[in-house]
Amino acid sequence: MDLITRRYNTIENISGPIVFASGLKSAIVGEMCSVTLRGGELRSGQILELSGDMAVIQVLEGTDGIDVVSASIEPSGELASAALSEEILGRTFNGMGTPIDDLPEIIPEKYADINGLPINPAARDRPNQFIQTGISAVDGLNTLVRGQKLPIFSGAGLPANELAMQVVRQAKVATGEEFCVVFGAMGITSREAFFFRESLESAGSMERTVAYINLASDPIIEKLFTPRIALTAAEYLAFEKGYQVMVVLTDMTSYCDALRVIGSARDEIPGRRSYPGYMYTDLASIYERAGRIKGLPGSVTIMPIITMPEDDITHPIPDLTGYITEGQIVLGRGVHRKSVYPPIDVLPSLSRLMNNGIGADNTRKGHKELSDQLYASYAKGCDVRRMVAIVGEEGLSELDSKLMRFAESFESEFIGQGDVERSIKETLDLGLKLLQILPKSELTRLHN
Amino acid sequence: MSFEEGATRIMGVISAVSGPTVKAAGVRGVKMNTTAFVGNIGLLGEVIKLSGDEATLQVYEDTSGLSLGEEVICHGTPLTVMLGPGLISNIFDGIQRPLEKMMVGDDPFIARGLTILPLDQNRVWEFTPVKAVGDKLAPGDVVGTINESQCIEHRVMVPPGKGGIIKDITSGGVTGSDRVVVFTDESSMGLYQRWPVRTPRPVKKRLPPTTPFITGQRVFDTVLPVAEGGCAIVPGGFGTGKTMVEQAIAKFSRTDIVIYVGCGERGNEITDVLSEFPKLKDPETGISLSERTIIVVNTSNMPVAAREASIFTGITIAEYYRDMGYRVALMADSLSRWAEALREISSRLEEMPGEEGFPPYLGTMIGSFYERAGKVDSLGAPERTGAVTVIAAISPPGGDFSEPVTQASLRFAGALWALDPDLAYRRHYPAVSWEVSYSLYYRTLTEWYEKEVAHDMVSLRNWLMAILQRESEVKEISQIIGVDALQEPDRLVLETAQVAREAFLRQSVFVKNDAFATFEKQYLMLKAIHAFMINAEAALEGGKYIEEIVECELKGELMRMQYEPSEGFTVKGKKLIADIERFFTV
Repeated sequence: MDLITRRYNTIENISGPIVFASGLKSAIVGEMCSVTLRGGELRSGQILELSGDMAVIQVLEGTDGIDVVSASIEPSGELASAALSEEILGRTFNGMGTPIDDLPEIIPEKYADINGLPINPAARDRPNQFIQTGISAVDGLNTLVRGQKLPIFSGAGLPANELAMQVVRQAKVATGEEFCVVFGAMGITSREAFFFRESLESAGSMERTVAYINLASDPIIEKLFTPRIALTAAEYLAFEKGYQVMVVLTDMTSYCDALRVIGSARDEIPGRRSYPGYMYTDLASIYERAGRIKGLPGSVTIMPIITMPEDDITHPIPDLTGYITEGQIVLGRGVHRKSVYPPIDVLPSLSRLMNNGIGADNTRKGHKELSDQLYASYAKGCDVRRMVAIVGEEGLSELDSKLMRFAESFESEFIGQGDVERSIKETLDLGLKLLQILPKSELTRLHN
Repeated sequence: MSFEEGATRIMGVISAVSGPTVKAAGVRGVKMNTTAFVGNIGLLGEVIKLSGDEATLQVYEDTSGLSLGEEVICHGTPLTVMLGPGLISNIFDGIQRPLEKMMVGDDPFIARGLTILPLDQNRVWEFTPVKAVGDKLAPGDVVGTINESQCIEHRVMVPPGKGGIIKDITSGGVTGSDRVVVFTDESSMGLYQRWPVRTPRPVKKRLPPTTPFITGQRVFDTVLPVAEGGCAIVPGGFGTGKTMVEQAIAKFSRTDIVIYVGCGERGNEITDVLSEFPKLKDPETGISLSERTIIVVNTSNMPVAAREASIFTGITIAEYYRDMGYRVALMADSLSRWAEALREISSRLEEMPGEEGFPPYLGTMIGSFYERAGKVDSLGAPERTGAVTVIAAISPPGGDFSEPVTQASLRFAGALWALDPDLAYRRHYPAVSWEVSYSLYYRTLTEWYEKEVAHDMVSLRNWLMAILQRESEVKEISQIIGVDALQEPDRLVLETAQVAREAFLRQSVFVKNDAFATFEKQYLMLKAIHAFMINAEAALEGGKYIEEIVECELKGELMRMQYEPSEGFTVKGKKLIADIERFFTV
């Protein structure tokens, strides 16, 4: 820290949430600074870019009321950091890490740069420990493992939040350890905030939860900080304190929209649907913080929620997310309308790390073959259902009718379990039972 | 990075910082595409634009924390990789920093500003000279050998541009800092050499691609082959199994060396490679796969500029082993992430964007990468033939192949292995679409197939393609009139095509006996399916009912034949064909 505070009255332009100021001596890229308004109001800003004499600063609380004459900027000399200690468990903070639960500030054990550093790929441990979520469509078909990043792709009006909370409530690992939950909310409504609080409290998991909440009405730039603070806390709990951490990030769509706002305010050349061209890299710097590290007991598992605009899975947000995450759980409007809960559309859903976490050591021998068979037969059943629309049920062969019956039961019984918990054994047994609808010759994926 | 003799150092200061690019002022005379240390902590950068005495550099590490006025030291040397024994089994980042050695004090995170030499200078290698004092050496000549791994004999070669008459040559234990050969003009060469990543290594002659690159995957070997020294691209939306294809080929292909470039992809996937490869055995030699593998990895959250460099680092190492006379396979996963890095840097330079924001020179740059694949006669003596085969994954946004990276790649690649989400949804892996994909190598490989596999291999393959085409036509009709209303021969087409798809084209890398299929197994499987079809056709004409054929036990056996081991399949396959003939003639 400098002994003399440097204060500059040199704002030249203001554009959206960004101010351009000149003459900031020895400014650092990423440095935090405070902006003082005419009436003495304080806001925080961050230096994004330096070019010649000019610094580009994003103002977290927005630029309303800032003028080029009297507002002043004071660089702090420090990068954005999060205050950390085990005391954060059970607490609720705003999107910048300030407590909003009427309790005092925590006494930090350390401060950590919220951007973190990339995990050395050679130091990563293989994620291969099964997490039982109690949900058949996940455990049986798209198994989640510790250290994975598995998003929920949802659409407006689909119960992604309910599903995420059910996973948080029921998630167990074989060793019996409980997860602690880091909850990062970007741009959620106050109604959703109530829902999350209520679910966590009713599950009795509040004392092992840290929440960082940015509401829809909070400043937009804050949304860019929230997931990073949440993940810094998660890394601290997992890799320094040995916890198994489940991070729920909702809603990544608001995060990306904030990214777009900044991009356009900086006159950047826009990419697809005017999201910035570096959105892949930016999202990766969030999602890639999931993982396990050799020799350390803890793990960071990330479950981001993405609301797909117009249910379009090729929209840049779900598209880029899917390229980074290790699979996706897709919610489908079709199954939702049939009152199937959880309304998981299993065909486009996938868990890439599934094969590491199943089999004799984790779940049961033959799990993979069973899952492949369920997928193959359900896909065929769906084909038949489309055909029925044209040729009518009378036009179906015996096999086709059986396939269709299988698809129906699979949706209503296997996927549509309701708000109950199923053990992996129950899930797999049910899968096998449903396959008995089909003749043996159809079961080409099962070896015996 | 080392300083080469004669390169002049130029000092300047940082005048602007924007994402991965930095401008340096006061560096008049600095050369394009040379490297520099940026800032007080010395981040590595490369000059990519010059205007007057100001240079724009792409920085290979995260730039946050840099401040204006910090120093920039330009070296005048291009970005190079270090080549020599010790590359095998190693894991590097995009600018060839050894990742395992970077875990200083057990820190699992990558700190900034670390400079560690890619190869261990102190490791002692047992060097066996093949040349003697007085011999005259030209560039590319092999001077001696080192057992680098259980299966790789490292041939120490005279670097391009060097040579002379040997005054002294060592033998026995040598390290990276020793002189291996001293020439009569007092110049010398060591174990290691450096080569600029963006310049192809010189060769004597390029050869036509006439032998197939054997993957053991039926859909590639039989239907859509890539030649040794060729180039195949694997585009597919997320979840269609690009990485699965890349990893299956890295594991099972018949090749001497595999270079796996994880370019902007997932860290957790690399752990699969790292933990599985030491345990898996090369199908040919029975030696652990890690003894033939080099990994270059720059995950998506590592700096973008280093991601851009990673594929060039990978291919330069590939060329080095090719020059020794090895068959090298380069797996690039994924080229789209490389192109995005290029786009990000281009937009920071405020260049006029081309299609979808990619720079207009995207095609040229992509071509400069693909064209480094090839089969060649290496420089120097003794005569050596080596090949670099490139298998590049592409991640088109929204799974739409009309985007610039896929389109630019199609101009250069000889085989397209297009992945189809619909197949992936059905868990049909590898999810290669036989309708969209193609291989331009088939024609040049025909002779090889007819000579090495079987005289009717090519015609069987063409028959298979015709059946699959016929199936898609019949399916369209059946969707309107229903399966029961189809003509019996048409129903037979559906049945046969189903067997072909599920038993032949689908292949599981997780089932031991199915993971790798020899050409003999592939041929006999195909022959059995063919026998089923023609015998059933004859039987139908002879008055047999289609139901009897559909439900026969033999069809079940055809469906399961993929799980029979390749060894001994000759007997099993021939018996199956005989059984089929008997069943239908009785």
